[in-house]
Amino acid sequence: MSQNGHVETGTARVKRGLAEMLKGGVIMDVVTPDQAEIAQEAGAVAVMALERVPADIRAQGGVARMSDPSLIKAIMGAVSIPVMAKCRIGHFVEAQILEALGVDYIDESEVLTPADEENHVDKWQFKIPFVCGARNLGEALRRISEGAAMIRTKGEAGTGDVVEAVRHMRSVSQGIRRLQGLRGDELASAAKELGASLELVREVATTGKLPVVNFSAGGIATPADAALMMQLGCDGNFVGSGIFKSGNPLLRAKAIVQATTYFDKPEILAEVSEGLGEPMVGISSSSLRPEELLAGRGI
Amino acid sequence: MSAVKVGILALQGDVREHRQVLESLGVEVRQVRLAAELEGLAGLVVPGGESTTMSRLIQRFDLLGPLQEAFAGGMAALTTCAGTILAAREIRDGLPDQVRLELLDIVVRRNAFGRQRESAEVLLEIPAVGPEPVPVAFIRAPAIEEVGPGVEILASYRDEPAAVRQGRHLALTFHPEITGDPRLHRLFLSGL
Repeated sequence: MSQNGHVETGTARVKRGLAEMLKGGVIMDVVTPDQAEIAQEAGAVAVMALERVPADIRAQGGVARMSDPSLIKAIMGAVSIPVMAKCRIGHFVEAQILEALGVDYIDESEVLTPADEENHVDKWQFKIPFVCGARNLGEALRRISEGAAMIRTKGEAGTGDVVEAVRHMRSVSQGIRRLQGLRGDELASAAKELGASLELVREVATTGKLPVVNFSAGGIATPADAALMMQLGCDGNFVGSGIFKSGNPLLRAKAIVQATTYFDKPEILAEVSEGLGEPMVGISSSSLRPEELLAGRGI
Repeated sequence: MSAVKVGILALQGDVREHRQVLESLGVEVRQVRLAAELEGLAGLVVPGGESTTMSRLIQRFDLLGPLQEAFAGGMAALTTCAGTILAAREIRDGLPDQVRLELLDIVVRRNAFGRQRESAEVLLEIPAVGPEPVPVAFIRAPAIEEVGPGVEILASYRDEPAAVRQGRHLALTFHPEITGDPRLHRLFLSGL
C-alpha cells in the first residue's frame, strides 16, 4: 500500500488476488473467438488464448511461440471473462507484448518452445500477473520467487493422459507435508535441497500451503479427471486439448466445470459424466520418448 | 448442522478467504453448494469469482428458486464483487440470460474499470465501520451505476458507489476478504 496515495495497481496482492477469484473453476484453452464464447457459455472462469492447442503443437512439431496479437485481441473482444495468453519460458519480450495487449494473466509456459534454458522471466517487473508450471515443490517455489502469482502443476500437455498431472500434484503436496514435519533448524538444509529461499520454505512449513493458488494442468480430459485433481488438493483446473479435441466440446466443457465444483459428490459426477460423446483420443505419456516430454522444460 | 448460522455460496471463487475472516471472528460457517445446505442460515456470503460461472452453476443445479426462497424467508446477504453482480436488479455487460438474485435495487456493470491491469489495492473510507480507512482490493471490479431510493451508500470509489446496504443486505464491489480486514464482515454479522 502506498504511503501518500489511496490506489495502487499491480501489487502482489491484486496479482495473486485474481487467481484467488478463479479458484474452484476451469480455465480452457481456445484457439478462436467462437471457442472462447463456447467456453464462457459453459462456465469457464477464464480462457487461454492460443494459436494451437498442445495436442496440435505436439503433432505438428516445430518451434511454438506466442500467438499472433490479432488472435489474442479477437478473443479478448469476444468474451467478458479473463483472458490469459502464453509466452515462451524466459522470453521477456513476448511477455512485454502480452502486457501491452492488456491480457489478464500471462502463462510462462513449457508448452511453447523455451527461449532461455537458464532463466525464467523476471516476473516482478510486470504489472500483469504470471502463472507458471511446476512438477514439484522446488520448481513451484522457484517460480514464486521469480514473481509468479499462480502455479499450475505441469502434467503432460496435449496427451489427454492424467497420469503426469497426478504425479506432479502429489509431488507438490508431499513436498509441503515433508516441510511441515521438519524442525526449524532443518529448514535451511531443506531450502538448499529445494533450490528455494529459506523465507519461502519457512512460510510453507508454517502455513502448510503454497502462498499462491495452485491449479492442475496437463492431461485432464474428463469430468472424473477434473474431480480427481480437486480431490488431490488442487484449487482448480486448466483444460487444454481435452475440450476442443473431443466430440462435443460444449457438453464436455460444461461437465468439467460442474465436476470441478462438485468434485466430492460421486452421484453428481456420475450424472454429469453421462453421454458426453467421444473424449479426445489422447496418447499415453509413457509411450513418449524423453525428448517429447514438455514437463522437463524450465525447471 | 443447525448451530451454523452463516453460509458461503461455494460454487466457485474465493470461498476460503471469506471463511478465514468469518472464522477469525469466531463464526462457524457452512459451505453451500446444494439447496438443502441453505436450511437454517441467517446469512449467506456470495463471494468473489466469475459471476458467469456461478450463474451457469445456479441454473444447472436449480439453485435460483431455493436461494430466492431463503432470502425471502429472512436470510441476509453479504456479497463481494461477482456476488454483487449476482445480487443486482440489473446487470450491464453480462450474458443475456445471466442469473439475477435481485436482492438490492442496484444496477451493476461488470468489469467497469477495465481488465486486470486496472485492478488495485485501495484504502477506502467507510465511515459506517469506523474512522480508519479499510484496505481492500478491487479486482476486475464491477461498478454500481444506479441505486434505487431504498439503497444506502456506505462508500464510493471513482465516483461510483462501492459499498451499499439495503435492508439486511450488504453489497460490495471490492474484496475486504483478500486483505483480511474484518470490519465489514463484523458489520454484516451484527445485522443477523
